[in-house]
Amino acid sequence: MDILLQQIINGLVQGSIYAMVALGYTMVYGIMGLINFAHGEVVMIGTLVAISIVTLLVQSGMPPALAGAFGVAGAALVCMALGWSLERVAYRPLRQAQRLAPLITAIGCSIVLQNLAMMIWGRNYMTFPPLIEKTQFEFAGASFTSVQVMIVTVAALSMSGLLFLVYRTKLGMAMRATAQNPAVAGLMGVNANRVISSAFVVGSALGAVAGVMVGTYYEIAHYQMGFMLGLKAFTAAVLGGIGNLAGAMAGGVLLGLIEALGAGYIGDLTGGFLGSHYQDIFAFAVLIIVLMFRPSGLFGEKTGDRA
Amino acid sequence: MNKWLTPRSSLGLVLVAAALIALPFIAGMGGQAWVRILNFAILYAFLALGLNIVVGFAGLLDLGYIAFYAVGAYTWALLASPHFGLHLPFWAILPIGAVLACAAGALLGAPTLKLRGDYLAIVTLGFGEIVRIFMNNLNAPVNITNGAQGITLIDPVIIGQFKFSATSTIFGITVSGPQKYYYLLVLLALGVILVNYRLQHSRIGRAWQAIREDEIAAKAIGINTRNVKLLAFAMGASFGGIAGGIFAAMQGFVSPESFSLIESIMILAMVVLGGMGHIPGVILGAVLLTILPEALRYAVVPVQKALFGEVLADPESLRMLVFGLALVLVMRFRPAGLWPSPERRRELAEKVR
Amino acid sequence: MSDLPVLLEARAVAKHFGGVKALRDVSLTIRQGEVYGLIGPNGAGKTTFFNCMTGLYVPDGGGFVFAGAPLVADAPHRAAERGIARTFQNIRLFGNMTALENVMVGRHVRTRAGVFGAILRNGATRDEEAAIRRRAEELLHYVGIDDRADDLAKNLSYGDQRRLEIARALATEPKLLCLDEPAAGMNGTETEELRVLIEGIRADGTTILLIEHDVKLVMGLCDRVAVLDYGALVIEDVPAVVQHDPRVIEAYIGVAA
Repeated sequence: MDILLQQIINGLVQGSIYAMVALGYTMVYGIMGLINFAHGEVVMIGTLVAISIVTLLVQSGMPPALAGAFGVAGAALVCMALGWSLERVAYRPLRQAQRLAPLITAIGCSIVLQNLAMMIWGRNYMTFPPLIEKTQFEFAGASFTSVQVMIVTVAALSMSGLLFLVYRTKLGMAMRATAQNPAVAGLMGVNANRVISSAFVVGSALGAVAGVMVGTYYEIAHYQMGFMLGLKAFTAAVLGGIGNLAGAMAGGVLLGLIEALGAGYIGDLTGGFLGSHYQDIFAFAVLIIVLMFRPSGLFGEKTGDRA
Repeated sequence: MNKWLTPRSSLGLVLVAAALIALPFIAGMGGQAWVRILNFAILYAFLALGLNIVVGFAGLLDLGYIAFYAVGAYTWALLASPHFGLHLPFWAILPIGAVLACAAGALLGAPTLKLRGDYLAIVTLGFGEIVRIFMNNLNAPVNITNGAQGITLIDPVIIGQFKFSATSTIFGITVSGPQKYYYLLVLLALGVILVNYRLQHSRIGRAWQAIREDEIAAKAIGINTRNVKLLAFAMGASFGGIAGGIFAAMQGFVSPESFSLIESIMILAMVVLGGMGHIPGVILGAVLLTILPEALRYAVVPVQKALFGEVLADPESLRMLVFGLALVLVMRFRPAGLWPSPERRRELAEKVR
Repeated sequence: MSDLPVLLEARAVAKHFGGVKALRDVSLTIRQGEVYGLIGPNGAGKTTFFNCMTGLYVPDGGGFVFAGAPLVADAPHRAAERGIARTFQNIRLFGNMTALENVMVGRHVRTRAGVFGAILRNGATRDEEAAIRRRAEELLHYVGIDDRADDLAKNLSYGDQRRLEIARALATEPKLLCLDEPAAGMNGTETEELRVLIEGIRADGTTILLIEHDVKLVMGLCDRVAVLDYGALVIEDVPAVVQHDPRVIEAYIGVAA
């Protein structure tokens, strides 16, 4: 029982990180139908920028929590600028091109960002300085830390902020309209370029926050960390039904839970044949199975063929 | 038929053939490393043409293509190495590898090919990762793949007494192992080019193009879209399996590291960068993307020294950086690829107008 | 006419999308060799009926019997195999293929060559390929656009695209040819040419189901006409009767003021 609860807690924490990153994928996809493969790298850059800022400020005597706040802000600014430039420089010129061209561009951007990061921060693992004091809590036989509480709280707050933005502001309305029908939205006076740019900027900001979360949770960072994280987050977005905000959130949390529970129980399930290093298989196996039965993801709209 | 064999085109053919025959010796002058690079260029061209059937002809976005290559490579590694003490001959292993890869393709494709484009992409990607993870971990409790260490001492291609890995003298000419593999690879590549070409201009090829253009209309005229797509998928997979087998024999060593997602992406990039669906374009893409990173490897350090007098940036990352930039720039300025088919070029020209 | 054998029978076909009932138990009978018109105001369910019959939609109730055997739902390629071909209201050609290639694809369902045939290019495959090409050329000539054979389908004029779509449908050797608003967007001359073409096809022995807005065309061409309104069958009879039925007039003009 305590293992179950423990894995649920771990899964929730990991899942909220996935959800934050998944939102970046889903917003861009929902509005312009593009898989922004470079989003994982944006998150990675966010983490590394935050490390640099926090380390510098803490060394100069600032309390870690405050330095952390600056770190998040700095990372968010850098990532927003990065997301904006990616769209402006790499994707916008390709909007009319064949479907696969932007995908290859995204992959190219991803390679560029990864190697740029390696040149700036080196190829070694970096330690993420602790932002808050890590206290341990006990609950019904399972334990969790203050860091985990912080991650889930910040994720919940950021996602509520996003929902407010999308459903309660003018920009959000423009975003939803463009996602529904770009041509009609354009006729109604919505500036599609501005909407697409904002989707990239907002998604990147969420990614930066997620990057700091990953850093504080695992306490290390590396220029290659963005790839797998991005892949998992994208999987989460598809699992929930890509293009759908609530779907990305639910997909992220669900994926975190599945992975944690899978890793905890796979040995028992297979009679010891498969060990916990098969954890990464769960994400993809569940994805394939879900899509076999629900081709548009768990919460995706059914896209019927129109004749 | 005869309209192809005008004096001019026959001369061209002879020149191309002569160039293909001489190439490994020219490359060999710069060291056997260059012959190996050349071999990889051809191997990747083979793979890219296999993927071209899936992506270029049938329009299915496959991001897990490397998994089939892996199946072929591991089939060869397990059936012709001391790992299990099996040493089957090449004419037995290569077909087994192709059939297993084909089966893997059908297994993945049957339930998932109804998914629309991007969903199919992520599912195939996930499948590729699953295959890699299994290869990495199937060393316990029963050691099948030898895990991350991979399998070593794999048999080379041997036909009769003719060993492709060793240097030998034929008619007074010294031919190295890589040079022998070169000729084998060229033969295989010509085979896959022929298959691509003939498929494209056939009943099945037309059905693929129809599905790519308008799937609903294709269904309405009686094309069993699921089967026809599955056919493309399985065919592409079989070619991946054959390429994998040759790769294992040529290297003498396989490990899961060679089958990561980035490899799938590279092969897709070759297809798209070259000119999707256009056979010469795909070959160009494969050759460029194999040679370019290698050439950069040699160029990056001297160029930096000449410009700044010292090595400022880590050559490996700079090399990849340039490579990534090249992908972005080609797509920016030639979105249909470097050498698109004439029809595609026409389409694009119209769009601009 | 009523002594002709039945080709297609719709039995209480029902289809709804969410709460909207697009088809309410529609039953009708199409006989061999006739031109059968299906008319009704916009949104009456005509195209939905088409889509159910050709397997694009799965009906929620009822079904079809075609040439003596039930049609399997949800398998459009089966319907074509059985001998039902269709055109689309908003023209769906393979735009980047030539006109000739479009018709050649239409032969798919009546030809055999597989992957191995294509790769080996043996005698049988080459013969079949030549036959496909010949038949496609004949069909282009039949609909009168043989001079556009090598043009990309998307570059054809609107009227020629309609003809090409019909040629492609004919390439599948249908027993029943379903035309979804073929005259939409055509001018008077083009419509007249279309009428001649349809009569020719019928004279060659193909049964035709025609969805059309152009009431004049329908009444002049069809042997029998069915009227749909709000997804329900209003009447099924010869044009002369349908034309004067008060329910039909009401459906088209709205409740008589």
